Amino acid sequence: MTQQVISANRLSDGLVVYLASDDSWSEWIARSEIATDEAAADALLARAKWGEENRIVVDPYLVHVAEYDGEVRPTKYREFIRATGPSVRPDLSKQNYVRAAKG
Amino acid sequence: MYLYDEIDQALVDERVVQFRDQVSRRMSGELSEDEFKPLRLMNGVYLQLHAYMLRVAIPYGTLSSEQMRKLAWIARKYDRGYGHFTTRQNLQYNWPKLEDLPDILAELASVQMHALQTSGNCIRNVTADQYAGVAADEVADPRVYAEIIRQWSTLHPEFSFLPRKFKIAVTGSQNDRAAVKVHDIGLIVKRNPAGELGFEVIVGGGLGRTPFVGPTIREFLPERHLLSYLEAVLRVYNMLGRRDNMYKARIKIQVHETGAAEFTRLVEAEWDQIRDSAVDLPAGEKERIASYFVPPRYEISADAADVLARHKREDAGFARWVDTNVFAHKAEGYAIANISLKPIGGVPGDATAEQMEAVAALADRFSFSEIRITHEQNLVLPHVRKDNLYALWQTLKSYDLDTPNLGRVSDMIACPGMDYCSLANARSIPVAQAISKRFADLDRQHDIGELKLKISGCINACGHHHAGHIGILGVDRKGEEYYQITLGGSGAEDASIGEIVGPALAYDAVVDAVETLVDKYLAIRTEGERFLDTYRRVGKDPFKEALYGAA
Repeated sequence: MTQQVISANRLSDGLVVYLASDDSWSEWIARSEIATDEAAADALLARAKWGEENRIVVDPYLVHVAEYDGEVRPTKYREFIRATGPSVRPDLSKQNYVRAAKG
Repeated sequence: MYLYDEIDQALVDERVVQFRDQVSRRMSGELSEDEFKPLRLMNGVYLQLHAYMLRVAIPYGTLSSEQMRKLAWIARKYDRGYGHFTTRQNLQYNWPKLEDLPDILAELASVQMHALQTSGNCIRNVTADQYAGVAADEVADPRVYAEIIRQWSTLHPEFSFLPRKFKIAVTGSQNDRAAVKVHDIGLIVKRNPAGELGFEVIVGGGLGRTPFVGPTIREFLPERHLLSYLEAVLRVYNMLGRRDNMYKARIKIQVHETGAAEFTRLVEAEWDQIRDSAVDLPAGEKERIASYFVPPRYEISADAADVLARHKREDAGFARWVDTNVFAHKAEGYAIANISLKPIGGVPGDATAEQMEAVAALADRFSFSEIRITHEQNLVLPHVRKDNLYALWQTLKSYDLDTPNLGRVSDMIACPGMDYCSLANARSIPVAQAISKRFADLDRQHDIGELKLKISGCINACGHHHAGHIGILGVDRKGEEYYQITLGGSGAEDASIGEIVGPALAYDAVVDAVETLVDKYLAIRTEGERFLDTYRRVGKDPFKEALYGAA
């Protein structure tokens, strides 16, 4: 079964975000709402347009994901890098950087 | 260094005000993304994989210590504490916020910097030999011409919407350190038999998906005709260049399809119309611009060379750095010091804010406050007294800036690749890091000698892989990162395009493959041969066989 989530870049700071089930945009792919069929994916994309029209995000699109060890991960490596941060800077990975910035 | 006059400053300041307004209209919804995108790109603002990216122009790679300090300050205040020096002698910030970008541009403008023409289908930031004005092998300082071209091309109304981007590089030396033969226009400053200054004009070189070494369309263009001739080339391109197909829109395709002889005829015919018009500089203007580039007041130090020789004898590590990273200066008692941004296992071209500040301080102490950026992603202090090299090196060591690997296998060019870039098909940086670590032993690197290894994460070739003695190109094979190896390229005066050696390799096989190629070279080289020389002597087959086995 194909699973998809919505990703985009946030307009104000460009950071990678995902559409959550409450229509908020989260930096964490784990919070994203997952569409399990094409009809649900289309519905998700339609909801994402609201975020684009209201200038929260730029160019939302569907990303294929799968669950690995109970974690939602993009199936394509490029999207994996977007979800986690540059592979060459673990200190700037989403998790580490956000944690460090919050002290 | 060139200093802005009121026209330059007003232009840059006005652009900041304009951009601030554009960002605010985007945030308020007055502008859609489709409307805003070309406006932000005109100010060097891209949207990349993780965030916005700002590309700051460093015209012809020349920077003052004050400017470098500002770049460091911006990295710390608005970014994540570092920046990436590129093959275009620019600096890229990877994490600026759109809402901060007007302030960042205002900060840049306060030190006579900007991000104009670092994107879009216009004449991009002009690049030049990083040793301009100081190299012992130079005919004349190319920065003077690069600055003239910068002023002429900045917001040039006729050339703001070309079929595609347009890159001009200038060198004043026959030893080409600016890769002029793989630019849209390459200029080599020369003297004719009468001793007059002028240019060899090369048009239609380039890398990317269709690489070419550009043909020379004029052996000698008298200096005073520089701008009218460039204008003629640009006009022919602007009229005939293909706007229907982005992949065929660069001037190199047009030169190739038209043929160099016919293209030259078209340029000369256009030039005949404008050569004695007002396009060229009025008398005295070249001299006025050249006056900004007069050499600093060098000090005569009778024993500088002796002091250097003593330091080298006493410290083998220092001696190695000098022999590898220090280049001959035209002034007695001075040297050109290269600062490698390729520490073993590091990210090629990245510098932290602390490193930038350290280099700025060293430039103040030892190099008349001047810094250069190289297209091979390193830094240069252009005027260091020989007896100051030891103190310089000791400070560099404490900032991990002392790697003695200039021109060696670990001094790689690598584009940001899929770790940052939305165009990339594969990662470049981790491949570079793994190769660097494999060849960490500096004795081995020095035994191998000059070896230019260049890595691109996609066919656009920002990592100049076609021009690498060994080139590595990342490709996507059904979602997997694969790497195609090319051999025998060069971006120097002996420019050539590398040849694909065989089928692409998996990510995990690349480092072994590079080592196999290097070992093959070591086994068959003759006295004094570089990797490239051996390749040119024996051809592809021995290397191919070493990599893939006998056919």
